[in-house]
Amino acid sequence: MPAGRLAVRKTYKLFVGGAFPRSESGRTYEVRGANVALASRKDLRDAVVAARAAQPGWAGATPYLRGQILYRVAEMLEARAAEFGALGVAAAEVAAAVDRWVWYAGWADKVAQVRGNANAVAGPYFNLSVPEPLGVVGVVAPADGPLLALTSVLAPAVVTGNTAVVLAAAAHPAAALTLAEAVATADVPGGVVNLLTGRAAETAPWLAAHRDVDGLDLTGLTDADLARECESAAAETLTRVRRPAPEDFAADPGTGRLAAWLETKTVWHPKGR
Amino acid sequence: MFAYAPAPESPAVVDLRSHYGLFVGGEFVAPAAGGSRKTVNPATEEVLAEVAEADAADVDRAVRAARAAYAAVWGPMPGAERAKYLFRIARILQERAREFAVLETLDNGKPIRESRDTDVPLAAAHFFYHAGWADKLRYAGFGDAPAPLGVAAQVIPWNFPLLMLAWKIAPALACGNTVVLKPAETTPLTALLFAEVCRQADLPPGVVNMVTGDGAVGAALAAHGGVDKVAFTGSTAVGRQIARALAGTTRRLTLELGGKAANIVFDDAPVDQAVEGIVQGIFFNQGHVCCAGSRLLVQESVHDEVLDALRRRVARLRVGDPMDKNTDLGAINSAAQLARITALAEAGEAEGAQRWSPPCALPERGYWFAPTVFTGVSTAHRIAREEIFGPVLSVLTFRTADEAVAKANNTPYGLSAGVWTEKGSRILAMADRLRAGVVWANTFNVFDPASPFGGYRESGYGREGGRHGLESYLA
Repeated sequence: MPAGRLAVRKTYKLFVGGAFPRSESGRTYEVRGANVALASRKDLRDAVVAARAAQPGWAGATPYLRGQILYRVAEMLEARAAEFGALGVAAAEVAAAVDRWVWYAGWADKVAQVRGNANAVAGPYFNLSVPEPLGVVGVVAPADGPLLALTSVLAPAVVTGNTAVVLAAAAHPAAALTLAEAVATADVPGGVVNLLTGRAAETAPWLAAHRDVDGLDLTGLTDADLARECESAAAETLTRVRRPAPEDFAADPGTGRLAAWLETKTVWHPKGR
Repeated sequence: MFAYAPAPESPAVVDLRSHYGLFVGGEFVAPAAGGSRKTVNPATEEVLAEVAEADAADVDRAVRAARAAYAAVWGPMPGAERAKYLFRIARILQERAREFAVLETLDNGKPIRESRDTDVPLAAAHFFYHAGWADKLRYAGFGDAPAPLGVAAQVIPWNFPLLMLAWKIAPALACGNTVVLKPAETTPLTALLFAEVCRQADLPPGVVNMVTGDGAVGAALAAHGGVDKVAFTGSTAVGRQIARALAGTTRRLTLELGGKAANIVFDDAPVDQAVEGIVQGIFFNQGHVCCAGSRLLVQESVHDEVLDALRRRVARLRVGDPMDKNTDLGAINSAAQLARITALAEAGEAEGAQRWSPPCALPERGYWFAPTVFTGVSTAHRIAREEIFGPVLSVLTFRTADEAVAKANNTPYGLSAGVWTEKGSRILAMADRLRAGVVWANTFNVFDPASPFGGYRESGYGREGGRHGLESYLA
């Protein structure tokens, strides 16, 4: 930094519908000297509305296009390596996160081949089972680290055509919002990824009970009572829930997180002349 | 029209006992508290047998028997050996098919033609299909070393008693789990006959256990801390309660719940084929089908033509004695279900839809409901929104494919949907856009053990059947 020049600081706001609004509540909390938006219930509802609005278009994009867009997220992240470094994210974690976006980007046009199949039924029918996105997935991001854990829960949700509302880990908002900036510059349509900073303990119950949320990832909830309360609230609309469980995000992610946010549709048609 | 001579199936093939116990650890045992419940033939209201009513102590005993069998025998058994037990069960079901079909019709009220041609053959086919998976699970795509979960608690409904049992037990056993199954309180008899089949097959004691009784027994079983997995088929309301009960646990859950399927007929569909599909969609099994095509969405331009043909066809349906081989619609399963259907049909009239049934004489005893078609139904009517689970069709219209999709998806359910059109590209586009786990195009209500079945949204989660269904029973 040249002497005599005052640095321009970044304002950390929410990421909703492709824009970076402040919390409607006007609230902030301080993390490492930065005043970060403290998301409210209303912000959460706005994020779900944005996610729902974006979902059909995102699911309707070709898998090839979704794959290219996610690959571009990896490019945008790679370009921000120094910024993540300045935020205290280890270089190895940035690299692993970039590689994870690349891994999931490649799944976009392969998941149907791995999760779907033809069914040999006892009759003259064409019968095919194919995976489809659930819709809107709510994610309580784990606090295991600033970037790789968040990437590991977000990318598999959106690559298959879901849209996501993510409650970022309270301790790592700056890295999460820097990831949001990468997403915003990667041609990911607005609303596909929505990221709220603040206290998950406050907003997670509203996310769980929201009637327009189809899937709920509670990985980041370490409070067992709160997790149970959220799962119970989600049962009202039979929201699909992934319960909190310890996870090694450095390991091979497998396909479990892709599968968690997919439905299987089976189509029958008679064969005849 | 010529008259049909009666063609009654004989009940003599069934050897009914006056009392049935619980099936625990390979033996029929008396319930701890000694309670029992009568099960009746819904077509005659005659008592068929008294069946034990389990309580929490019995549920606990059954779960412990299943755990012991899992730990000592079934869990460690090589898949190839488990497979042979399942093949054996499939064969015995085939050998005793007539007995099962008659007993199913007596206890459930469904036409013998359906229990004989659909329920029992499909149940046997489910065991045969899953037998073949037992030693091939590592090729199913769920990891190199898929493992069983342990003890599965399974609660099934009364609409397809034996078939739902097969959907639950066959994949669970193939994957190496042991089970405690609760049949519905109005239809326990084929499950108890299946328990005899397990003994005939020399299935190790405790691998399959049955506790009979009402919803309280099911709730106790679903909430039991000693099971590893719960599988429930039934109403969305009860499914929700079970999901709440399991919140915060590590127990796995799959749910097959209600539906309100749209059956969509475009103006280019062959009318006669579509009408057969509409009838099969809503009148199969008296409409006691979670995936029933209970909302007919017909393109406005062919509404009158389709409805005229439909009425002509429905007027030919034969309603009555389920044991008669010519019967198309049998008895409603219970007085409670008849009351629910009646109340919703009355709501349909009260809300302004036009009700039509063909003239048909219903038997004086038993529970009966004439096939019913409502026209002029709007999306706001209760009969367009709520699952009736009876032979009642609600007819709505649409003008464009977009409108058909919007109306079809305008429900919290998402179990099944039907599309009738001659245009292939339209079928594929509609199949993509319908939010349902099963889409039947130019057909309806066909089932196969190789084909995954299960819903979107509030129709539940998880799949039964096919490769996908195995995932529900594997760690």
